[in-house]
Amino acid sequence: METTNFVLRGLIPLLPALGALINGTLGGRLPKALVALNAVGSMATSFLLALVSVGVMIARGEPGGHGHVYPELAYKAFTWFSAGSLNVDFGFTLDPLSAVMILIITGVGTLIHLYSAGYMWEDPGFSRYFAYLNFFCFAMLCLVLGDNLVVLFLGWEGVGVASYLLIGFWYEDEEKAAAGKKAFITNRVGDFAVILGLFLLFQLTGSLAFADIKSWVSMLSYEQVATLNGLITVICLLFFVGCTGKSAQIPLYVWLPDAMAGPTPVSALIHAATMVTAGVYLIARLSFFFALSPFALAVIAVVGALTAFFAATIGCTQYDIKKVLAYSTVSQLGFMFIAVGSGAFFVGVFHLMTHAFFKALLFLGSGSVIHGMHHEQDMRKMGGLRKHMPITAATYFIGCLAIAGFPFITSGFYSKDEILWFALSNQSALHAYGVGTFVFAVALLTAGLTAFYMFRSYFMTFSGECRADAHTQAHIHESPLTMTVPLMVLAVLALVAGFVGVPHALGGPIPFLDMHGFLYQVVGEGEALFTNRFDNPNYVYASMGGAIVIGFVGMGAAWMFYGEPSGVPAAVVERLGRVHRLIDNKYYVDELYAATIGRAVRWGGLFLHRVVDVFMIDQVLVQGTASLTAFLGTALRQFQNGDLQRYAAFIVFGVGIILLLLL
Amino acid sequence: MLTLPLSWYLIVSATLFAIGTVGVLVRRNAIVLFMCVEIMLNAANLAFIAFSRFHHDHGGHVFAFMVIAVAAAEAGIGLAIIVNVFRHRRELNVDDLNLMRH
Repeated sequence: METTNFVLRGLIPLLPALGALINGTLGGRLPKALVALNAVGSMATSFLLALVSVGVMIARGEPGGHGHVYPELAYKAFTWFSAGSLNVDFGFTLDPLSAVMILIITGVGTLIHLYSAGYMWEDPGFSRYFAYLNFFCFAMLCLVLGDNLVVLFLGWEGVGVASYLLIGFWYEDEEKAAAGKKAFITNRVGDFAVILGLFLLFQLTGSLAFADIKSWVSMLSYEQVATLNGLITVICLLFFVGCTGKSAQIPLYVWLPDAMAGPTPVSALIHAATMVTAGVYLIARLSFFFALSPFALAVIAVVGALTAFFAATIGCTQYDIKKVLAYSTVSQLGFMFIAVGSGAFFVGVFHLMTHAFFKALLFLGSGSVIHGMHHEQDMRKMGGLRKHMPITAATYFIGCLAIAGFPFITSGFYSKDEILWFALSNQSALHAYGVGTFVFAVALLTAGLTAFYMFRSYFMTFSGECRADAHTQAHIHESPLTMTVPLMVLAVLALVAGFVGVPHALGGPIPFLDMHGFLYQVVGEGEALFTNRFDNPNYVYASMGGAIVIGFVGMGAAWMFYGEPSGVPAAVVERLGRVHRLIDNKYYVDELYAATIGRAVRWGGLFLHRVVDVFMIDQVLVQGTASLTAFLGTALRQFQNGDLQRYAAFIVFGVGIILLLLL
Repeated sequence: MLTLPLSWYLIVSATLFAIGTVGVLVRRNAIVLFMCVEIMLNAANLAFIAFSRFHHDHGGHVFAFMVIAVAAAEAGIGLAIIVNVFRHRRELNVDDLNLMRH
């Protein structure tokens, strides 16, 4: 039993770690093919093991809940540390939520490793790249498999390190190295809040294991919830601050657009599909705890809605294809936070999954374009690529359809629609604070903007006339199979992944494909307080109809503006004037941070340097000690002049004093 | 047998010690300084013996022998140094023996 457990759960994170170790130490001396085989192979094996584990879990499920209840398959590697009443095991648990996450991580991860083998083939840091990427997968798997918050936090920090290393992968370029540092430092701000949250949570519940916290919550009485409400809200908000760092929400989202300095497959895996969704995972994992604080949930949803909207507006003005996708990711993460903030934790995870597929697809598509265009990322110099790169164009088009929520046949439609519906639903946590309609309206508007800027990027890149210079045009080529196969697989997933969450209003759920029922045992407890899947169908039709209409409006506008060369964008820019300048400059958020926090930190540093370091430490402490010693030495030297008899006189004098004291 | 009280011995001992101390402090001739140190040592010896006798404790005798032995060794080395210094410099004024002072 123990062996099977180890093979199934222990090896899933361990294999990428081994891959990272081998490639990190020996990779430089191995042939490239072996490095790639090691990296892709370890991920693929890990994916197979994940499939087997999840299969075992599903096979052992018993009827109950909303469908089936599945056993939690646990594997405890060893006791990590133990101090007082704090006992932390290095333990992994596989339950439906982890199952979804590990399948995404290892599945999408394998595809992206394969893609990277083609994309990074010419790079001198080939083995270093794969060592980092494998290490990232190891940390991410720890994050989602850990059965307590400490292992989760280990993974949380681990993915932060991996992200830093990969963003600054081309560290010779100072700008890219700076982007890595920015990501790491911004994340540290959020991580600090998570640490504070962990301390408070431990003080409150006496444990950091999910099972213990869950049983602690289930034993609370209504009065206790009322008295502890303030503390619980603080803990939830502290965790959420961590989420705003890791999952790029206002106010800490600034690092994600800069993170595009890393290689494109990294952006696909880390900054779209997996790491940035860690915050959503954390809230879903602790849904039973977050459900105790409707206020915190409302804050989360409002921040999510604002982030979604702001990022989408910025996405409309960017010309760098990866920056468009980066802001799109920030925006879509905002959608996920709207979902979990509404109390619909399952929907957050559902959108997390569909987003992982279509956003990874879009990023890999953009990578294919960049690869074909010899590292050109500016969409103004692209256009007409459909002729040269048919597979990339078709798959990118599918990705755009999915993210825009094209009705009925794309995954994005189902997941985004559920988010809108639950935001509108009058039972959600939001309505208690009167922000439900606001969040819904912002989300709906953002859905339209999403359709607009994604198709804008499609039209600018793939249709019309090519605007690249003649030399580049002559060399545009479709990418090799290692890159196009992952695109095709992801395109299929981006279309069909939504069928696991067909709503009741459309006759769902499809038997055996009910993600909500699958996740119910993990998130149902918190969710039941705020949502009702048999809600008034009018809400469902209203939100669905609104989403479809506004999606088409967005796509139509993109077609009108960018489908053919037209003067419309210029005219709109002209009309918007200042507003456009504001958005074009990303709302001056970076400048604002530089002027306030940056300046404050610089002054703080200057103070520490000039006053504390130079004055206090160097002058007072170091030189002060030296001069005091020198002064004392000068004074005492007078007594030690080598005159034997004076010494003797001092001795006699001293003896005299001692005698006087004794008598 | 006529027995003198302890205090008499101690007075003699203290007087000898004081003479020795003053001699060390005020004289400049190395030989004299040396002799003064010997006087101080023997003053201590006298006190040891007196206490030993009056307290019927042989420990004092042991210490006296110890001191004599040490004083003998010291005298051997000290005189050797003094003789050498005198041969070398033809004088024994300690104030002028300051070659190693600076």
